[in-house]
Amino acid sequence: MSVGYVMLVHTALDRATQVARHWAQSGCPVVIHADAKVPDAEFIPFRDSLKDLQNVIFAERRQRCEWGTWGIVGATIDAAAQMLEAYPDLGHVYLASGSCLPLRPVPELVAYLAERPRTDFIESVTIEDVRWSKGGFDHERFALRFPFSFKRKRFLFDHFVEFQRKLGVKRHLPEGLVPHLGSQWWCLSRRTLDAILNDPRRAEYDRFFRNVWIPDESYFQSLARLHSQRIESRSLTLSKFDHQGKPHTFYDDHLQLLRRSDCFVARKIWPRAERLYSSFLSNDPSVTKNAEPSPGKIDRLFAKASETRLQGRPGLYMQSRFPAQERDNARSAGPYSVFEGFDHLFENFESWLGKVTGCRVHGHLYSPGRVEFAAGEKVFNGGLSDSASLRDYNPCGFLTNLVWNTRGERQCLMFGPQDNQHPEGFMASDPNAQISVITGAWAIGLYRTNITSEVVRKEAARLQRIEQAHVEVLRSRWAKARIRIWNLAEFIEAPMDNLQEILDEISLHGPRRLTEVPRLADLSGFGRFLQQLKNDGMNLHMAGDFPAGHAPAPLNPQARPYLVR
Amino acid sequence: MSLLQSYRMRLRRKRYRLRALRKSFELRKVSDRTASIGPQDVLVFVTLRNERLRLPYFLDYYRKIGAGHFLIVDNGSDDGGREYLAEQDDVSLWTTPASYKASRYGVDWLNHLMRRHGHGHWTLVVDPDEFFIYPFCDTRPVQALTDWLDACGQRSFGAMLIDLYPKGQLDAESYQEGQNPMEIANWFDSGNYTITRNPLYHNLWIQGGPRARAFFADKPKAAPSLNKIPLVKWRKNYVYVQSTHMLLPRGLNHVYDRQGGEMTSGALLHAKFLNTLEQKAEEELQRGEHYAGSREYRAYAEHLKDRTVLWNRWSEKYINWRQLEILGLMSKGNWA
Repeated sequence: MSVGYVMLVHTALDRATQVARHWAQSGCPVVIHADAKVPDAEFIPFRDSLKDLQNVIFAERRQRCEWGTWGIVGATIDAAAQMLEAYPDLGHVYLASGSCLPLRPVPELVAYLAERPRTDFIESVTIEDVRWSKGGFDHERFALRFPFSFKRKRFLFDHFVEFQRKLGVKRHLPEGLVPHLGSQWWCLSRRTLDAILNDPRRAEYDRFFRNVWIPDESYFQSLARLHSQRIESRSLTLSKFDHQGKPHTFYDDHLQLLRRSDCFVARKIWPRAERLYSSFLSNDPSVTKNAEPSPGKIDRLFAKASETRLQGRPGLYMQSRFPAQERDNARSAGPYSVFEGFDHLFENFESWLGKVTGCRVHGHLYSPGRVEFAAGEKVFNGGLSDSASLRDYNPCGFLTNLVWNTRGERQCLMFGPQDNQHPEGFMASDPNAQISVITGAWAIGLYRTNITSEVVRKEAARLQRIEQAHVEVLRSRWAKARIRIWNLAEFIEAPMDNLQEILDEISLHGPRRLTEVPRLADLSGFGRFLQQLKNDGMNLHMAGDFPAGHAPAPLNPQARPYLVR
Repeated sequence: MSLLQSYRMRLRRKRYRLRALRKSFELRKVSDRTASIGPQDVLVFVTLRNERLRLPYFLDYYRKIGAGHFLIVDNGSDDGGREYLAEQDDVSLWTTPASYKASRYGVDWLNHLMRRHGHGHWTLVVDPDEFFIYPFCDTRPVQALTDWLDACGQRSFGAMLIDLYPKGQLDAESYQEGQNPMEIANWFDSGNYTITRNPLYHNLWIQGGPRARAFFADKPKAAPSLNKIPLVKWRKNYVYVQSTHMLLPRGLNHVYDRQGGEMTSGALLHAKFLNTLEQKAEEELQRGEHYAGSREYRAYAEHLKDRTVLWNRWSEKYINWRQLEILGLMSKGNWA
C-alpha cells in the first residue's frame, strides 16, 4: 500500500526532474507524461537524467496537452493506466504537474492516505450549486461543442460558441452522468481509478468529454461520483487561481506561509524559486506538525490580492489606478467637511471648530492668493504646496491628494464664492463630503468694510451670482454629498441647533452637547446695510429676509435645551 | 474617427522607426558583446554622458536585480566613463558625438538598438540616476516579475519617477564612487502628484513632487513628467515616443486600470539631487541639449544658487517598496 504519482510536465523540466527524483527515492513510483510539444532536444536529456531510477516510468505515447482540451485528460488516463498496470498494489494515485512541489515529507502523505484507504480526494462540485468557472461557461461547458483551440483559433472558438448559442444546440449527457467540476489535481484510490478506467461505458463517456470545454476539470470529477465510495471533495494540492483563472505562483518569500499551511503539495512554484525547492524536497519530519492541511492564510493572501486588482483602494489616484470620474469609487479616500459662510458669521470659527471636533481645520484652501492650510503651513501633508497656481493646475487632484494623505484624520475646510469654484462639482458628487452652506454670509465681510460704494455693490453682485450657481450645483440631482443649505436669516434663528446637527456627524467624540460657543459676528446694522444695497438697486436675496432693524441676540449654549437623538 | 486616429498613430510609429534608422548612423560601435545575450535575458538600455562616478553602483544595482546585459549609448563622455564601460563583460557600448537633442534626447538611438537587439526580450530603459524598484524586489529577481507579466499577457509595466533628495543642502555631502546614492538622497514627497490622462496616446501624465513644488510652483505645466513605462516586452515594431513616458502602439501605455482596480506598478527612484547636480546643471546649460531649452536645468541652476533645500517636515524618508505601496505611489496589484 503506497501512493504513486502521475506527473504531467511541459516546461521547467529540470524542476520536474528534481521533484520526480524526490518522490521516486522516497519509494513512490512515478509515471511522467511529457507534452508532445517538448522538443526531443529537451526531452531526451530529461528522460536520461532519471534513467537510474527503477520506479520512474515515462508515458509510452506523448500527447499534445493544450489548455482546455481533451489532450490533458487523455494523457492522464494513459499514464494512470500505465501506473495501475505496473503497480497493481498501490493504495492511491496522485495526479501532479511539473510545477508542483511537495510541502511535507512523503511518509506523512503515505500515512495519511493509509489511514483513509477508501477515500478519494477530488474536488467535485455540481454545476447546479457552485459557480466554479471564472468568466462564463458553466452549463455550456457540457451543452456545447468546442472543437476549436481557444488559444490558437480564438476567432473560430468564439464564433462557433456564438453560432451554437443562436441555434440553441444542447448536447445530451450520457445517461446517469451528473456533471461535476473541480480542481484538476486529484488523489484517487486505486479502486476508484480502476473502476473509472475499466468502466464498460468508458468509450461513451470519453466521446462525450472530448467535446467538453476544459475536460480536465470535469472528467474525473464527474466519473468519480459514479464509482467512488467516499469522496472528500477537496484537493490535496494547494492551487489558487486569480480573477483571470490563472494560477497564482509561489516564490521564495512564501516559504513560511507554505510551511505553515500544512498542505501536502503546492502549485505552481516559480521554477527559479531556489529556496523553496531546496527547503521542501526533504523528508525531514521535524519541520512539519503533521496537522490537517489549512490553506486559510494563503487563501486570504490571494483573495486580498484579487481584491486590490479589482477594487483597489478607494480615493487613491496613482500611476496604475486612475478611475474614470463617473464611477462610484472615483471619489475621495475618506470623509471631509466643507463650511461655507461660517467663518464670516462667527469670529473665531476655525479655532473653535478645531477645538470641539478634534479635526484638522483649514482656512480657505481654494482662496485665490494661496492655500490656507491649518496653522498657516507653507507645505502640508504629503508635500502639498501652498502655491495657488500649483493647486489650480489640478484643483480636484489637490483635494483627493489632501484627503488621501490625511487618511484617518478628518479635514475641514472653509469655502466661499471668493474661492476657486472648480472643485464644487467633485465635492457635490462625493459621498464623503459633508457640505454646510450659509448663503449670503459672505456679505458680512462686505458689510464690515463699512462702505456701500459702487465697488462693493459690484462685488456683491458678482459673489451672489457665483453662489447662486454653486447652490444650483449642490441641489442638482446627481449630488451625493451630505449637503445642508441655509440662508443667513434662517441660520441665525437657531444657530446652535444647526451647528450641533453638523458637529454630531463629524465629532470624534460622538454626539455631545456643545458647551463652548463660537463668537457671533456683530450684526447690528447688517440689516441696514442690506437695505442700503437694495436702495442702490442691488437685491442681495441669498442672505434671506433680513429686516433693517434686526440684531440677533448673542449666543448662549445653556439657554436652549438640546436633545441628543 | 478613431480608425483614422489609429491609422495616424501607425504612420507616426513608422516615422519614428525611420527616424531611428536614420539616427543609427550616428552611432559608432565601441564594444559589441550582444552575441552573449541569452534568450531569456532582461536587457537594460541606457543613454548617458559623463556619468563615470555613478556607473559602478548603477551597474551593480541592475546586475543584482537580475539584468542580463546592458546596451549603452555614450554621448561623448570625456570623463573616462566610456573606457570603464568598454571593460565590462556584460556591456555592449556605442558612442556618438552627435546631438542629444537632435536624437530626441536619445530616444532615436535607443529605439534603433532596441529594434535590433531587444526583440522578444523584456527591456528596461533607465538613466544612470534611476533605480528601478517593483513589488517584492527585495526578495524576487526581476525575472519573477517578467515571468508573471508574461503569464498575465501584459506587455508593459509602469514605474513612475520618484525624486529623491537629501535632508540638507544638495552639496552638503559629496557622493563617492560606488556608493549607494540613496544613502545621501533618501527623502521624497509622498502625496503631491497630479495626474491627467493623455487623450491621444492614452498614457497618464503625472507631474508633481519636489521639483514641481520648489522649481515650478508658478508654472506647473512646465514641471517635468514623472510617468514612465520603462519595462516592456519588446517587439521590433514598438517605439518609444518621448523619453520612456509613452510608447506606440498605444496599447502599451495602458498600464493603469480605469475601473477602480489597481494594476501592478513599480517606481524609478530618481537620485538626481546629489552634489554632482550643480556641475551637471552648468555644463548642460552651456550645451543646451536638453528638453524645452533645458528649462529644467535653468531652474536648477537658479535655485542652486539660492541654496534651496527641498526637504521639509512632511518629507518621507525612503525605506523600501512596501512603504511606497502603502503610501499609494505603487501597487502590488494582484501579484502576491
